[in-house]
Amino acid sequence: MTKYAVETSDLCRDFKVRQVKGESKKSTVHALDNANIQIKEGELFGLLGPNGAGKTTLIKILCTLLLPSSGTAKVMGHDVNTECQEIRQKINMVSGGETSGYGLLTVRENLWMFSQFYGMPSKLAKRRIDNMLEIMDLSDKKDAKVRTLSTGQRQKANMIRGFITDPDLIFLDEPTLGLDVNASRLIRDFIHKWMKDKPSRTVLLTTHYMAEAEELCDRVAIIDNGKVLACDTTNNLKKLISKESALKLQIKQITDVKSFESIPGVRNFAFHHDATTGTTDLKFILEDEAIVADIVAEVPKCGSKIISVEKTEPTLEDVFVALVGRGLHEG
Amino acid sequence: MKFEENYEKPSWAVMNLRTAFGRAYPRIIGVNREPSWVFFDTFFPILSIAAYIYVYTALQAPPQYLGYVVIGGAMTAYWMNVLWGMAAQLYWEKEMGNLELYMVAPISRMAILGGMAIGGMFTSTVRAVTTILAGIYIFNITLTLEEPLMFVGIFIFTMTALYGMGMMFASMYMLWGREAWHMSNLLTEPIYLVSGFYFPVKGFQFLLGDPGFWLAVGASIIPVTLGLDGMRQCFFGPADGFLPLWVELFCLIILTVIFIILARFSLDYMENLAKKEGRLTLKWQ
Repeated sequence: MTKYAVETSDLCRDFKVRQVKGESKKSTVHALDNANIQIKEGELFGLLGPNGAGKTTLIKILCTLLLPSSGTAKVMGHDVNTECQEIRQKINMVSGGETSGYGLLTVRENLWMFSQFYGMPSKLAKRRIDNMLEIMDLSDKKDAKVRTLSTGQRQKANMIRGFITDPDLIFLDEPTLGLDVNASRLIRDFIHKWMKDKPSRTVLLTTHYMAEAEELCDRVAIIDNGKVLACDTTNNLKKLISKESALKLQIKQITDVKSFESIPGVRNFAFHHDATTGTTDLKFILEDEAIVADIVAEVPKCGSKIISVEKTEPTLEDVFVALVGRGLHEG
Repeated sequence: MKFEENYEKPSWAVMNLRTAFGRAYPRIIGVNREPSWVFFDTFFPILSIAAYIYVYTALQAPPQYLGYVVIGGAMTAYWMNVLWGMAAQLYWEKEMGNLELYMVAPISRMAILGGMAIGGMFTSTVRAVTTILAGIYIFNITLTLEEPLMFVGIFIFTMTALYGMGMMFASMYMLWGREAWHMSNLLTEPIYLVSGFYFPVKGFQFLLGDPGFWLAVGASIIPVTLGLDGMRQCFFGPADGFLPLWVELFCLIILTVIFIILARFSLDYMENLAKKEGRLTLKWQ
């Protein structure tokens, strides 16, 4: 029988928010809308979605920081409503851009302090800290005060904090957010290695970065407006649009891209203006390759010029555009 | 990665003791890392008691009144620590991003707050001792402990009841968010007055008659009121005491039990409410 690390059933979470400051009337925002997710033990599972999609809300519910409005959620077989203590013994979490700890303490002291909240014997904690500082290439900063660390160094320290207790399930909420290429690579390698060394370990990762999800995750759920739109392996997700064509077009910058949307046969499209190069990148999911000519013909009508055209194999980003109807960075 | 060895999950008690020690650590160690606090936390409190000492001296008040001021001045350190270092602390931890990590950890919230209390007591004790030493060596006040055992009992139960109350406040402040700041301000000066930090609370009776007595009874809900009065009696005898010493000790034991129980339940209740309303991790509210 498959053992699930996470199981949610029709999970909903609503927030009441004031629409206008000072006004007493509140409206309801559905942060999660009947979300159904099953994560197997030993799986590296990715949650992909734009800002406000509900990823962090889901993680907070699973971490026992937030109660669901309705539906059920189980973590390592325990109910998030009634068995928080059992869940907390088996999990840990790390968020991108996290500023935890105390600036006056050194990196080593901070990590030791957090290890004590899980009852780790002090000597063992210190050995593990030294070991992990080395793996994370942070040994030379072990006696530096936390407040003196750079963003990347701080995030590496956060990762150590989360992993030091060797949880059965770890929640990583955009762990590489704002990091440079090297730091991101180190963190991704670490996650990969941690999973490989003990097959029962489970990771739930949220990310903005498609490549990261594609590289790391066994399965990915695409979430938008609180709804899980698709959930499968990256290969299977790509198959969802394999019969369709993905077209990338770079043109001279234009402000109005609406006319592309109305071309018959365009299933979805996303765009990105790059002010520094003065270009607009257009990404299309097409029902038929024959439509490429119509799109190319539309460019001069908009007063622009084609810089490059590229027909691509479907990527996770294309799947995202096809399902969500916009690119991940369009908000 | 394979960890070289695993560890057996410790018992609930050991885990929470380690937590309390872990949380106390930054407060104790932080003191050494920022020596400027020594000046602010020792010099300024001396100034505030100096004013009262000069007034009482000018009025030719009985000498024990100078002692009352010094003991009251020493206890302000603990009251300030309870308000700003305990009650408001969970709110600050939320702003700093630590609160959700505390909440995710499999430990009692009381252990975290207990650790804060131990760490806070350390710095407050340094401040209190400095105030007393200043009283003795700068203002030439004679302090003779007449009831040492009762003093120890009263001090211990005043501290546990006081910090128990701080823990109870901490859970409320967690929900109030920014209001916590105002609440701490509101509870500073008025409590100095009604708890008799710089005069014996029995003074209310002389001044206001029966309503004054009941005012002091009401103020006794705050453990520092009876604690202060008891400690003063231990040094200077019962002449200006509000209630007999043993009654005050008994009341403090009762207050300790009540506040610890209330803290326990209010922490659970508030955590649950905060999880329901989504306020546990939302910053800047």
